Amino acid sequence: MILVGLALLFWAGAWWLNARIAASRHAGGRAARLAVPAIFGITILVVWEGLVRGLEVPGVILPPPSAIAARIGGSLDILWVDFVQTFVKGALSGYAMGCGAAVLVAVLIDRSPFLQRGLLPVGNFIAALPIIGTAPILVMWFGFDWQSKAAVVVVMVFFPVLVNTVQGLADTSAMQRDLMKTWSASYWQTLLKLRLPAAMPFIFNGLKIATTLALIGAIVAEFFGSPIKGMGFRISTEVGRLSLDMVWAEIAVAALAGSAFYGAVAAVEKGVTFWHPSQRR
Amino acid sequence: MKGVLPIVTIVAAILALWYAAAVGMNAAWTRDQAVRAGVELSLAEVVADTLHQERPKLPAPHQVAAELWDTTVAKKITSKRSLVYHAGITLSATLLGFAIGTAAGIALAIGIVHNRAMDMSVMPWAIASQTIPILAIAPMIIVVLNSVGVQGLLPKAFISAYLSFFPVVVGMVKGLRSPDAMQLDLLKTYNASSVQTLWKLRWPSSMPYLFASLKVGMAASLVGAIVGELPTGAVRGLGARLLAGSYYGQTVQIWSALIGAAVLAAALVGLIGLAQRITLRRMGMAR
Repeated sequence: MILVGLALLFWAGAWWLNARIAASRHAGGRAARLAVPAIFGITILVVWEGLVRGLEVPGVILPPPSAIAARIGGSLDILWVDFVQTFVKGALSGYAMGCGAAVLVAVLIDRSPFLQRGLLPVGNFIAALPIIGTAPILVMWFGFDWQSKAAVVVVMVFFPVLVNTVQGLADTSAMQRDLMKTWSASYWQTLLKLRLPAAMPFIFNGLKIATTLALIGAIVAEFFGSPIKGMGFRISTEVGRLSLDMVWAEIAVAALAGSAFYGAVAAVEKGVTFWHPSQRR
Repeated sequence: MKGVLPIVTIVAAILALWYAAAVGMNAAWTRDQAVRAGVELSLAEVVADTLHQERPKLPAPHQVAAELWDTTVAKKITSKRSLVYHAGITLSATLLGFAIGTAAGIALAIGIVHNRAMDMSVMPWAIASQTIPILAIAPMIIVVLNSVGVQGLLPKAFISAYLSFFPVVVGMVKGLRSPDAMQLDLLKTYNASSVQTLWKLRWPSSMPYLFASLKVGMAASLVGAIVGELPTGAVRGLGARLLAGSYYGQTVQIWSALIGAAVLAAALVGLIGLAQRITLRRMGMAR
């Protein structure tokens, strides 16, 4: 009970500290904006640890963070193998293929307003569907290894990126297009120098949505069958063996990989669309 | 009506592609069978066979349609082989989870808007959580809740709630902050309390944001419910149909479950869209 009390005390103290920081005159500063969420995150970990140890929650229900950290440190090699199998082979390759194909198709159908009017509603419709359900079919077609996971990822990321790119390519004003015309720019020149750059904010919006989808697709596809490595495989088998610290370790890796992936795409976006109002400070 | 023709064309093109792919992918099996039986098949016979296989690699659209008709209309709803029955199971988990997630999300958003410390500490995590493959924890939640003794609808609903929670939080915080300083100042000159401000200004002006995030949340809820049905083994629900189909190679069943899930998702999102149009029109916000 002492641990529980300490945890709650820590929570109250951290909350008071955060409230003080938020109310102080430094609240708008960079340090405060980093410190407050960091304190909140640490508080959650401490309260979690204190409650689990204090109330003696069995490890098969919720392991304490320290046990998870120990498991991460103890099985780095397994985590690395799973990471390569699921993220690098499955998610990244599928992401590259799916996004590349989507941008290409968007540029191709861009010349035909008829195709656009037909494809946009259909694409929007499909983008809202539970596409993850195609996973068992694709696993059947492409086998258990990473190829089927990449295929699931391709299907999942294709439509969000396609819809965003088509919208982005339409996002030039008549004035800008007229200007290109007065310079007697060809279709391809207009596309490369005006419309693709103008579409970049939209394309990156789609690419950012797709990062999360890619990882989800790769992990869930492994629930339907995989070789004996991979994050989804590890999660589903270790859950079966009730070694939840390993499951949490995989989830921590997945969370880290997902955030890093998103952050990388956002960083590229910042470099490419530096001119866009949303990037100005 | 002008928009219908292009859509019909695209759908027809997709169906044509589907048939072509079905013939192409199933032909190998047909040829294999023919060689074993020692018969020569003409091209027409090959094509005819590929479209009527028992367990094709890719079932033709009419096979899926027949299966759909068979499992929705021809079977009683209470039958375990009825797709309506399984869709109902998934739908109940989806709706329960969606309701919980939306209510919790709106509550947290209201807290974030009114408390600066909460805003600064929770909001970065809420945004960061959207980049995390939350779905990966679904099997764990199911098994853990199962071992505590919670079974049936609740664990799945919990996953659905979790998935729809964050989009609603992020969208509603944006929405509740959407009134500009002029409007907020006006309410201050009226001496409005923060509850009155919330109810009369912030809440109404957040409606477009609410509906946008409800659509995202609903789609996420359905995915959550379907994935939540996987780890318990193939028992009940659309996810179970998918899993059972993949275990036993019943491709037609997988495809029909998939189409069922698609129709369900489209119907749910469409319903929210309808509610959005009616609400926004009555509030004079329709564009």
